[in-house]
Amino acid sequence: MQRNSFDRNEQQYFYGMVAAGLLVVAMGLFAAHMMEEHGHIITGMNNQIVWGMPHVFAIFMIVAASGVLNVASIGSVFGKSVYKARAPLASLLSIALLAGGLTVLMLDLGRPDRVIVAATHYNITSVFAWNVLLYTGMFATVVVYLWTMMEQRMNRWTKPAGFVVFAWRFILTTGTGLIFAFLSARQAYGSALLPPMFIVISFAWGLAVFHVVQSSIYAWNGKKHTPEIVSRMKNLLGIFIIGALYLVAAYHLTNLYFAHQSAFERFILVDGGIYPQLFWWGYGLLGNLLPLLLIYTPGLGKPRNVLAASLLVILGGFALLYVFIIGGQAFPLNIFPGYEVKSSFGDGQIGLYQPSLPEFLLGLGGLAIAFLITTIGVRALNFMPHDKPHVVAAGATD
Amino acid sequence: MSDTNVQRRQFLKTSVGAAAVAIAPGMLLFDMAHGKTEAVSSKVRWGMLIDTANCADGCNDCVKACNKENGLSGGLSPTDSQWIRKVELKDMRSGREVSLPMMCQHCAEPPCVDVCPTGASFKRADGIVLVDKHTCIGCRYCMMACPYKARSFVHEPLHDQKPDVPRGKGTVESCTMCVHRVDKGQQPACAEACPNKSILFGNLNDPESEISRKIRTVASTQVRADLELNTGIRYQGI
Repeated sequence: MQRNSFDRNEQQYFYGMVAAGLLVVAMGLFAAHMMEEHGHIITGMNNQIVWGMPHVFAIFMIVAASGVLNVASIGSVFGKSVYKARAPLASLLSIALLAGGLTVLMLDLGRPDRVIVAATHYNITSVFAWNVLLYTGMFATVVVYLWTMMEQRMNRWTKPAGFVVFAWRFILTTGTGLIFAFLSARQAYGSALLPPMFIVISFAWGLAVFHVVQSSIYAWNGKKHTPEIVSRMKNLLGIFIIGALYLVAAYHLTNLYFAHQSAFERFILVDGGIYPQLFWWGYGLLGNLLPLLLIYTPGLGKPRNVLAASLLVILGGFALLYVFIIGGQAFPLNIFPGYEVKSSFGDGQIGLYQPSLPEFLLGLGGLAIAFLITTIGVRALNFMPHDKPHVVAAGATD
Repeated sequence: MSDTNVQRRQFLKTSVGAAAVAIAPGMLLFDMAHGKTEAVSSKVRWGMLIDTANCADGCNDCVKACNKENGLSGGLSPTDSQWIRKVELKDMRSGREVSLPMMCQHCAEPPCVDVCPTGASFKRADGIVLVDKHTCIGCRYCMMACPYKARSFVHEPLHDQKPDVPRGKGTVESCTMCVHRVDKGQQPACAEACPNKSILFGNLNDPESEISRKIRTVASTQVRADLELNTGIRYQGI
């Protein structure tokens, strides 16, 4: 009976969701307008914490945009039918997340009105400038890839296009990691481990986002999960979570081994206030331990457990990025090694940062853009994963 | 001479006079706006040698002079611009205390210039590192990359700017080594204001300059010399 009433009003529900999405986007744009009008003084950012909450949202979305394509790559590059059926949805999600993330990044600029300057003046040595090309190229290659999948006459090009996307997103996430890896003077960054860490993290976050969206679409359409497919995809999520955890651990353990880094690690892992809390409870417990239990505990691992695990991975991702980006800047630069320092400009002091409402609104606005593109895309075009009966029957042996 | 001729001459004289009156102020302004016509050259490398032994603890004259010269508010909140600041150092082992001014180190290999996506951060041929306020998009990547925390972001709308020192809300800024004064043959405001003459400004590329001679004879260091950025600001006594 409930199902019928939902079916009867399905159109209204859809428009309601679009309206809600538009409202959040409008609030995000309003926040950006206020930031441009009054300056960044209305944010929590300052001369020590120069990148704040908008970067946490933006980098999450950009990293997840690359990782979600893993689903497509396993289908197109490695020829797994279960994933092939999901490649169009993964590509749509990638475009949606990239659009949301880049919008946030752009509107957080001090001069968003000058964003065109980034195209007209190009500094070849800047990894930011490389990323301008990588991001736009990503849009283009994924759109072409989608076209080869959705247009039957183009199907024979799907595999090569899939290869290009596969390579491109690796380079793109490397570029995202390099933004931090190139900051040689900062204790938190400047490590060659960061690009691979971002790549493996992207697998976990991307797959988690994919699970959440797929579950929502299934629920909306009254479609049941196929146990074999859920089981395969949940195991993959588990492996990605462990892989990401391994690289995050390697990053901190190598830092712990360097004497000159121990003060920074102590700050992030033990006595840095909000940052160790978020790291251990947010990333460690919520982002890793609980999802792994939900996935691997015998008797669990059902679709709703996997959905909960995915939501927790996303939450843990935000916690990790907050610690990495904001905690990494809060720890003072070691300008004079061997000296205790103090000044009027925060030298030797832990930077203070209180995220403000406009920052959250801008970040949520970006998420809403991704939500809108996905919702409308899924409604207007055929992105529903269609599993062939024999694939389902073959289960894990495919 | 016929009347017509007189009239013609009169007319020409008046026209030339009027044209001269009309053009002259423009020419003058054009000259003023362009200042010196010759380009800066890499034969010069401007730098400073700061003698920390003479830098008095608690003295802030260089900071005040910088604020006044460049139209900075002098506010000390974490969102206020500070192009130069006094840093108090204490050696963790010996307990020796030192006070020194810290600002943009005008690196020969500036990380801010490397990372700037639009090329707004740039180094002049004479070694002065600047931000082009017209192409800075306010991404703050240079602030992340600077090892010296030398840069500030303009968080609020600005009022009463100095004509020689353009600034802009939403852009990044830092010590310009008072480039507008240096180009007129003057010293940076901080060097001029130091009561103990602890800041020696000069051309590092000229072996006969006072700064070069002194660097040859006394021990000086670059801050974070391990990064090998070849800074234009050198310190004595740390």
